[in-house]
Amino acid sequence: MLTMNKDRLNNLLVPIFSIFLGLIFGALLMLAFGFNPITAYNAMISGVFGSPYFLGEALRAATILTFTGLGFSIAFKAGFFNIGVAGQLLVGWTASIWVALAFPDLPRLMLVTMSIAAAIFAGAVWAGVAGALRAYFGTSEVIVTIMLNYTALHLTNYLILNVLGTGNTTERVSENANLSIGWLTELTAGSRLNVGIFIAMVVVFLYWIFMTKTTAGFEVRAVGLNPHASTYAGMSATKNIILSMLISGGLAGLGGAIHGLGTFGNLFTQSGLPTAGFNGIAVALLGLGNPIGIFFSSILFGVLEIGAGFLPNGAGVPDEMASIVTAAIIFFVGANYIIRFFMNKLNNKKTQAVQEGE
Amino acid sequence: MKNKLLLILSVLFAAVLVLGACGSTDDESTDDQTDQDTEQNEDATGDEGTDDEDSSDEGASTEFKIAMVTDEGGVDDRSFNQSAWEGMQTWGEEVGAGDDQYAYYQSNDSADFIPNFNQALAEGYDIIYGIGYLLQEAVEDVAKLNPDQHFGLVDSVSDVENVISLTFRDNEAAFLAGVAAAHTTESGKVGFVGGQKGAVIDRFQTGFEAGVAHVDDSIEVDVQYANSFADAGIGQQIAAAMYTNGADVVYHAAGAVGNGVFTEARNRLESDPDNQIWVIGVDRDQEAEGDWEGGNFTLTSTIKGVGDAIVNATNLTIEEGFPGGENIAYGLAEDGVDVVRGNMSDEAWEAVETARAEVVDGTIEVPEFTYTEQ
Amino acid sequence: MVQSEKVIEMIGITKKFGEFKANDNIHLDVKKGEIHALLGENGAGKSTLMNMLSGLLTPTSGQIRVNGQDVSISSPNVANDLGIGMVHQHFMLVEKFSVTENIVLGKEEHRFGFMDKDTANKQVQELSDRYGLSVDPKKLVENITVGMQQRVEILKTLYRGADILIFDEPTGVLTPQEIQELMSIMRKLVSEGKSIILITHKLDEIKQVADRCTVIRRGKSIDTVNVRETSQQELADMMVGRSVSFTVDKKPAEPKEAVLKVENLTVKESRGYDAVKNVSFEVKAGEVLGIAGVDGNGQSQLISAITGLMKSASGKITLNGKNITNKKPRMITESGLGHIPEDRHKFGLVLPMTLEENIALQTYYQKPFSNHGFLNYKEIKSYAKKLIEEFDVRTPSEVHSASSLSGGNQQKAIIAREIARDPDFLIAAQPTRGLDVGAIEYIHKRLVEQRDKGRAVLLMSYELDEIMNVSDRIAVMYDGRIIAVVDAKETTEQELGLLMAGVDKNRASAETVTAE
Repeated sequence: MLTMNKDRLNNLLVPIFSIFLGLIFGALLMLAFGFNPITAYNAMISGVFGSPYFLGEALRAATILTFTGLGFSIAFKAGFFNIGVAGQLLVGWTASIWVALAFPDLPRLMLVTMSIAAAIFAGAVWAGVAGALRAYFGTSEVIVTIMLNYTALHLTNYLILNVLGTGNTTERVSENANLSIGWLTELTAGSRLNVGIFIAMVVVFLYWIFMTKTTAGFEVRAVGLNPHASTYAGMSATKNIILSMLISGGLAGLGGAIHGLGTFGNLFTQSGLPTAGFNGIAVALLGLGNPIGIFFSSILFGVLEIGAGFLPNGAGVPDEMASIVTAAIIFFVGANYIIRFFMNKLNNKKTQAVQEGE
Repeated sequence: MKNKLLLILSVLFAAVLVLGACGSTDDESTDDQTDQDTEQNEDATGDEGTDDEDSSDEGASTEFKIAMVTDEGGVDDRSFNQSAWEGMQTWGEEVGAGDDQYAYYQSNDSADFIPNFNQALAEGYDIIYGIGYLLQEAVEDVAKLNPDQHFGLVDSVSDVENVISLTFRDNEAAFLAGVAAAHTTESGKVGFVGGQKGAVIDRFQTGFEAGVAHVDDSIEVDVQYANSFADAGIGQQIAAAMYTNGADVVYHAAGAVGNGVFTEARNRLESDPDNQIWVIGVDRDQEAEGDWEGGNFTLTSTIKGVGDAIVNATNLTIEEGFPGGENIAYGLAEDGVDVVRGNMSDEAWEAVETARAEVVDGTIEVPEFTYTEQ
Repeated sequence: MVQSEKVIEMIGITKKFGEFKANDNIHLDVKKGEIHALLGENGAGKSTLMNMLSGLLTPTSGQIRVNGQDVSISSPNVANDLGIGMVHQHFMLVEKFSVTENIVLGKEEHRFGFMDKDTANKQVQELSDRYGLSVDPKKLVENITVGMQQRVEILKTLYRGADILIFDEPTGVLTPQEIQELMSIMRKLVSEGKSIILITHKLDEIKQVADRCTVIRRGKSIDTVNVRETSQQELADMMVGRSVSFTVDKKPAEPKEAVLKVENLTVKESRGYDAVKNVSFEVKAGEVLGIAGVDGNGQSQLISAITGLMKSASGKITLNGKNITNKKPRMITESGLGHIPEDRHKFGLVLPMTLEENIALQTYYQKPFSNHGFLNYKEIKSYAKKLIEEFDVRTPSEVHSASSLSGGNQQKAIIAREIARDPDFLIAAQPTRGLDVGAIEYIHKRLVEQRDKGRAVLLMSYELDEIMNVSDRIAVMYDGRIIAVVDAKETTEQELGLLMAGVDKNRASAETVTAE
């Protein structure tokens, strides 16, 4: 769908450069504070890749990020900033656990499907509210989704305390709502990596198909790029706003189901919104809205997230360093203008530079 | 173009490596210094000339290794996790343990709990503590899979064989806070700000209410929950409403939410220094938070000896073996919880002292729960 | 004009972008005190050439001399120091700042770190008086007219000490009166010793104001001529590279039944006032109805209401016998409407999307382009290729983004898309705005061709020439009303001018045509 090979190359180089610069920035900062960056990065990498368990956990974290990243991305493509991914994830989590607890004896395939469907529905509704308000009343989706985040948080906590749970947590869902796959758990030495990763891969593929091959995806892209021309061409802005928000929330909700059923198997009171929601935004930005890109940046973030745990004891570096590296990477993605500028400079220096005419 | 980019990439990569290498030489020394200097100095003065720790003083005790997994608050939360970690550091100093004999694993999200336990597990620690009731499930999951490993759980009771539970009768300290509040209030109205509803904070609420009622059951207790342990803004809002409605002593058991309570009290005093309002702190002595130009408005703080409990449990294990499956409850009698004198009037402090004695000798039985679990 | 010194010499300038030569061995010299026009079609390489003069680009080969000295203009600052200033087509002004603040921006006079506004205001006033620019230095830019904003841009270059001013398509945004004022300002500037390069594709402006003219075609300099000795026709032929006709050849119209009927239509602007007031007219198959009028008299709102982009407050619109009042744009389009919108960047195209996607923008959901909700890119591509060929859209490929095309080719793509759907009724709003003569000629031909095929065509334009050349009947709008409908063959420019100014009524009644 990209116009030219050169664009394609640039689109790949920007995130790679950003990651690199982010790692360098982190290294410089560690040096400035008297830590050894080599030891630190080595601790992270050998920590995660040195053991199937932690690799599995990194992939598990990546699974959730893929969903939230895709969810954020589709709304972004349509021109909306869905900052409420975290809240949509949480309602999806709640819905999946609720269904799983309500029908513990259903056959596994059926129960898992129902739980996931409930989560998608809940997430879609949660985002759809913001979409509908935006479409019909022009309300800022940023503000509405932020408010809905807190609504989700407190509603979930209320439900746990008063309806679903015993104290601060619900019971574990039954084996029939379990997402783990025996051989995968075994392969990763008992990590919580689950069938979600395969669902994520399928969803990445479906997302790509939707955006590039379907008329609905075409409309979403067109409305996002130029709402005026899209209206002129007979597309309904209202419909596309709501559709993209529904899909966005549905994906986040699906992530919530995988998180709830796969990572935890229950629901507990939260003191804040799940970080996977906000990291999803970062993942989408690093992936530049490309589903494959999002998948790979999810893996990077998963590795950073799990690897961070090895910093304090493996290298004597505070694990916040990983957050700084993450933040720096996002900064450099955001500042991709600078990166493009330098890449163009490099190109211009060469007489054989390839550039579009005009 | 590809070649050029490749070249640049490799140059950058090389730069990182070189920078890293330069750093590493002078790095390790600083690293060690900052983290270890206290004990190394002690080692140096304590047993000169020893280069082999294992063979030095109390043999077995120094080989013992302990670790903790924080909850989402992190190790520098100025409260619960921090005092647990301080306890470990104290232990390390006491027994002359090396740097690798105690460690913390920080959780930034609830999804990190289990991987953190597994990390600690891989490092071969003798006891791994989970700090806070939020970690109960994670501890139990990991403990069941590793029946030969010893675990500890703070603030919640687990019946798993290889887990020792360390709980606190927070209600007893809160009871004393209630006594202090009742003896201090002039408006006949006091407030309680809870974090997230649940068994732990309920102990605080119950104890506090009982303590107030013990002195004068006509005093009204305004109970509000923030549904958060982190959002100081909500704490400030709640405190504002309480003070406006006439409460003059507010006790918070809400972690960082409590910072908002302190902020609100300070604002009120600074705009009208004639106000007679107080805050009661939680978990550690929060007197410093109550400083303002006209004095100090922290009436007292309830203290929770998480660090001490961990030290005790660890030493107990070293000396007598691991008390698996047991619950060690720390109350006033065990010095596990307490209140400080703070800015209490003589009369209030006297009443608190009396009440403490009565709780310890069993004359007063402080209720634990009002909250009913399904 | 005799042998005066050369302030600018560009010798054998070549600029390559990859394999593409935007400028190919171009020669240009500008003498002191002259207005030198640079004429060329859109995409001929005028902007590239001027960007090298103003330091935004550096030439691949060739030499630039300023005042006889070899120079290398590596950045805009260097150009500035050499006394070269550019008046951009799109103004670069801060709306919330005053005229003076905009002019001194980046070169503020200050005393002890405080901006010295009085001195600056005085300096600006002096400059303005000297060149007859009549600008109020203290007014906020957002409160002054577009013509005045342009003069602020001119002052900006003068304030920075420019002796050589480059005007990039300066008249595109101006009213006829403002154009006249600009012309006299330019004459005043050269009489004060400045030199001017005027980039344009408007021949009458060149005839009016320029001394010499260099013509560029497809990156090559064709010739430099003395304007007084060259006719407009010769200039146009040189620019396009073939003989161009200014008048549209057309057979007499054969109007048939009415395709579009508008009855008592009133349209409210979002701010609440009536932009279109009780308008009635019809467009017949086989005719071009022109809508003339000064910008802002309700033409845009009228078209928005017909095309469904705006709600009408009252009245009825019928297309092919179907009531389309306040229907959704897609329903109206499917009822037989083709629409070349006034603002092609805002409404006509999704610029970042590819050309083929833009060509399918109206039909992507129909077979064969879409099948059970899936796009058939194979069909879209072959359809796009066909239209690109048929309508001579110049693009490297159909998968280049629409934004990479020149204005004329973008417009061609829109026309291709709209006409190829074979609509019974075609609206062309300002279809040639910003385009060069070659493209204008092409578009006019296509519109008349539609008429001859028996389609109804509604042409809205602010250019009188265009309206008079292409239309069969002309409806004049003034203050939201159609105040007259005249026969294009019988009316004169004077009469239309009067009508557009809202002056005459009795004349309009003399004409007997369908409208109110």
